[in-house]
Amino acid sequence: MDTSLLIAIFPQVLLDGIVLGFMYALIALGYTMVYGVLEFINFAHSEIFVLGAFVGVEILLALKFWGMLDTFSPFLLLGFLLLAGMAASGLLAVAVERVAYRPLRGAPRLIPLISAIGVSFSLQDIIRLFESLWNNAFNLVYPTFDQLNFRFQLTETIDVSVKSLVVIAAALLMLWALHLIVNRTKVGKAIRAVAEDQATASLMGINVNRIISLTFLIGGAMGGAAGVLFGVQYSLINPYTGFIPGLKAFTAAVLGGIGNIPGAMVGGLVLGLLEAFAASYLSLLTGGAFGAEYKDIFAFSILILILIFRPKGLLGEVVKERA
Amino acid sequence: MAWLTALLNQPGPATALVVATISLSSFAVAYYPRSLIAFLLFQVSILLLYFAQIPRWLKRSLAFVSLGILMPILGTINGYYLEVATQVGIFVALALGLNIVVGLAGLLDLGYVAFYAVGAYTWAIFGSPQAGRFISESVAHFPLAGGWFFVFLVLGVIVAAIFGILLGLPVLRLRGDYLAIVTLGFGEVIRVLANNLDKPINLTNGPQGITPISRPPLFFQPLLTAVGIPASPTVLYPLYLYGLVLLIVGVVILVNRRLEDSHIGRAWEAIREDEVAAQAMGVPLVRMKLLAFACGASFAGVMGVIFSAKQVFINPESFTFLESIGVLSMVILGGMGSIPGAILGATAVTVLNLQVLKGLSLWLNSLRNAGVTILGYNLANLPTQLEPAKYERMIFGIILVLMMIYRPQGILPARRRSRELGGSK
Amino acid sequence: MKRYSMYAKVGIALAVALLLIPAAVLAGQAKGTIKIATQSPLSGDQSAPGEGIKLGTQLAIEQLKGPIEKLGFKVELVPFDDQAKPDVGVANARNIITDKDILAVIGHYNSGVAIPSSEVYKEAMLVEISPANTNPLITDRNLLNVNRVCGRDDVQGAVGAEFAKSLKIKSAYVIHDKTTYGQSVAEFFRDNAKKLGIEVLGFDGTEEKSNFDPILTPAKAKNPDLIYFGGIYSQGAPLFKQAREKGIKAKFLGPDGLDSSDLAKIGGKAVVGMNYTTVAGPVTVYPKAKEFAKAYKEKFKKDPEPFAAQAYDSTAIALKAIEAAIKDAGGKMPSRDAVSAAVRKTKHSGLTGNIEFDEKGDPKKALYFVMHVVSEDPAKWNDNKEVKRLEIAAPPLKK
Repeated sequence: MDTSLLIAIFPQVLLDGIVLGFMYALIALGYTMVYGVLEFINFAHSEIFVLGAFVGVEILLALKFWGMLDTFSPFLLLGFLLLAGMAASGLLAVAVERVAYRPLRGAPRLIPLISAIGVSFSLQDIIRLFESLWNNAFNLVYPTFDQLNFRFQLTETIDVSVKSLVVIAAALLMLWALHLIVNRTKVGKAIRAVAEDQATASLMGINVNRIISLTFLIGGAMGGAAGVLFGVQYSLINPYTGFIPGLKAFTAAVLGGIGNIPGAMVGGLVLGLLEAFAASYLSLLTGGAFGAEYKDIFAFSILILILIFRPKGLLGEVVKERA
Repeated sequence: MAWLTALLNQPGPATALVVATISLSSFAVAYYPRSLIAFLLFQVSILLLYFAQIPRWLKRSLAFVSLGILMPILGTINGYYLEVATQVGIFVALALGLNIVVGLAGLLDLGYVAFYAVGAYTWAIFGSPQAGRFISESVAHFPLAGGWFFVFLVLGVIVAAIFGILLGLPVLRLRGDYLAIVTLGFGEVIRVLANNLDKPINLTNGPQGITPISRPPLFFQPLLTAVGIPASPTVLYPLYLYGLVLLIVGVVILVNRRLEDSHIGRAWEAIREDEVAAQAMGVPLVRMKLLAFACGASFAGVMGVIFSAKQVFINPESFTFLESIGVLSMVILGGMGSIPGAILGATAVTVLNLQVLKGLSLWLNSLRNAGVTILGYNLANLPTQLEPAKYERMIFGIILVLMMIYRPQGILPARRRSRELGGSK
Repeated sequence: MKRYSMYAKVGIALAVALLLIPAAVLAGQAKGTIKIATQSPLSGDQSAPGEGIKLGTQLAIEQLKGPIEKLGFKVELVPFDDQAKPDVGVANARNIITDKDILAVIGHYNSGVAIPSSEVYKEAMLVEISPANTNPLITDRNLLNVNRVCGRDDVQGAVGAEFAKSLKIKSAYVIHDKTTYGQSVAEFFRDNAKKLGIEVLGFDGTEEKSNFDPILTPAKAKNPDLIYFGGIYSQGAPLFKQAREKGIKAKFLGPDGLDSSDLAKIGGKAVVGMNYTTVAGPVTVYPKAKEFAKAYKEKFKKDPEPFAAQAYDSTAIALKAIEAAIKDAGGKMPSRDAVSAAVRKTKHSGLTGNIEFDEKGDPKKALYFVMHVVSEDPAKWNDNKEVKRLEIAAPPLKK
């Protein structure tokens, strides 16, 4: 076992893990907020996330087509993409809630869950259909920006790209903004009230339906931002890319404590780091017997272990009191 | 449609109608072997047979004739139809298995395909040279002779049941939605394992899959040649497998019926309705839940074994989340907890995917090639990536959403306490 | 009494049905149409060369069907999409063998799909001519109905290793995509590289399509001179792109799976200046293919992808063989066995050279190229420079 190699790659793996973790955190927020308010897993959130990525790439491709890609600074462009992605995803989330979940509000648990699965699957193919008609291809690539790929040499062996820093910065910004909204505004208070007790909240004059839509909007927007960042970071997207990250982000939400917003952030980071380390070190440690391919099961195994041994998650779950 | 139901309710006209449609559609298929509509008509006529209120003996004999005699004949005319029929049979068994877990016991299993994969790989590994890659020649020679297939049918049941219990153990105390996600994870774990267990020892040969897989021997071939019907294995095997599938489906239906009406079935329904109350009534939760998982899994396991023998080649791609959701949509469409519902759902969804979507694709392609124009838009300009046959997910998705909103009990809901009266089903 | 009459009704109806069927069967025999099927990925991320194979076949059928039509048969193309997935390929193959009009299959693009599918074709002795499958196992199984017009990976891997040596590469890191094709060609490269004295620092497989960090981080730390990727461009391009973005400075090299204009489209600047070995190459390297390229562009409005010319040649061989088989059968529809045998005996002077099959279905002499990527513009893929060209016979079957 080459320990010097293991040590040498440590900083890079750490960085990879943090970037991955923030992305999971952003997606996990969508799951956790919806679960907190409705006690319901929004299965379609993975497609809401991927829609953000597609909106981003379509805008970039359009700019490229008009030859305008170089006229804006990449940072400005990224900001614009994030806003566009968030808007699109947020609106999609609201629409999905209206069409597929609201009619099932009072039904037993399984019913809306199955409906959510149905929505998730339909959306995958609807995106594919749209892209096939529009672009005659549904595997799309994010154009590269040289400024984003510039690497800083921190020490002899550690270098970090501007892109990673931008992704981390953007994620931190989102999380901070969300924290402000949920904890410092009246609207945020309303969301927390509905999450705690829907009936009483409506007695207090809160329009529950409106708040639920708003929750979906915010959760969806976070997912959309994650989508754009995902596309920028990893370049290649297709309608089915959302499924596995979505599942892992849900694991992260449970890991941190479902319904718990800081919990989702912590859970996302922890999962991202664990996965990056597992992926990079596993093959080196086992001499190639078990490699990076197992990183997906890693996440699922964590989920199972948490649910068995600490179902409330790391920071404790925040869900309705049961009568 | 009211006239149709009225017609089907009277024995005389019903029989006439059913027999007429069956024979007419068989005739149509024979005359136009490549017409998908003709075959669809044949399937619809069998459906009519199900709903017709005719004496049970008559219904059973007609069913036997159409499925057991006409279908194989049509299959020899166009092998594709036999393939569709066999696939339908396999999915019927899978739907019935999932029906036990989701419909009767109320446990939402999103990773059901894992048991199917386990059964398939069990036979595939030992019925092909694959096992020879990690078991030395001195112990046994692989592939095992075709006759072992029947032993492995039983083995497939057992192995899948064990996996079912393995899945059941950690999820016993989880509530509904968490259970769903964990089962989903389990399904993915099995797929990733199948994909990667080619090192350190080569168990599954990874993404390259396992081939060639032995098939059960055609023990009746000498009989046929003696009688004067020379048939090559290419023709015989599909018929053989179709017959096998039909037989197993029959057994599965029988077992399901028995379970449904037994104290086990009632215990499951009690758990589904209210776990706490069931426990209070003395229902042993742990044992019943594990039994549900094991039973459901075993049906998938035995079908998996048949699947790998039929395909001669399997790889992890056949066992993805998409398949699990496909089977789920079959159960939902037909009606959770209802046996005829599961059968109907399986048939409808499989036919939709294999025939309707594909037919749509072929039709679209022929329109494209012919350069047909609609409203001035030349169809040849349609993007080449647009292929209706690929949109299975959309079909499943829309089925699930629409069914949940408009008819959550399914098309043929379970009739909890009704029994057959007289000669009607 | 009532029962009796129903019995009678049933009996009559069934008898009628059963009687009519055999009559219909005898009546409805298809005549006069010969079909050629193609199996290649037409959707998904490997559709570029897959489309090329289909369109090359289509052009060949249109241009060369004359002689067969004169003999009284129509010739049609039946394209199938195998989605680069083995199970889809096998399912399509089962479908194909039930259509008695299909006398030849041109395909596949992926060796991992071709191998199991060809087992199905073998059941019906349906001939398969592959324009693009390079895995040795395709023909090493010595099947009478499987042939290919292109080279093999055991040679291609060696060519790649020799070329790396000529670039003075001292260390290489080998990554593959875990498919039959990618893993095998990577292994050939690795074994040959070792023999030539190149240090192989790692050998790793991944199915990942977007996030290559886990596999690139250890690769970067080992600091190889060269990264060899055994696999298809749809995975190779993002891998190379992310490698450059991670600051990896190694040279890139790969096999013919990278030979597609989409490599430039997806990989962008990262792939400019890299090399790849191929058994096809852009259509510009074939002097006889100028007419073909023009006709292709006119009809399909785009430049031919690599392997389209190979598909054209494969189809030409199939048509020649079918013509010969029809004549042998006295003007009637030939059997699939006859067509298979005829294909194996056919000699053809085509766009990509003179093709003649050896006893296991390999071309007696196959071309191997080392190409150099000149531009990130996918439209300029056909301008890639040829660095080396070799004509090597296929290795004989190992006894």
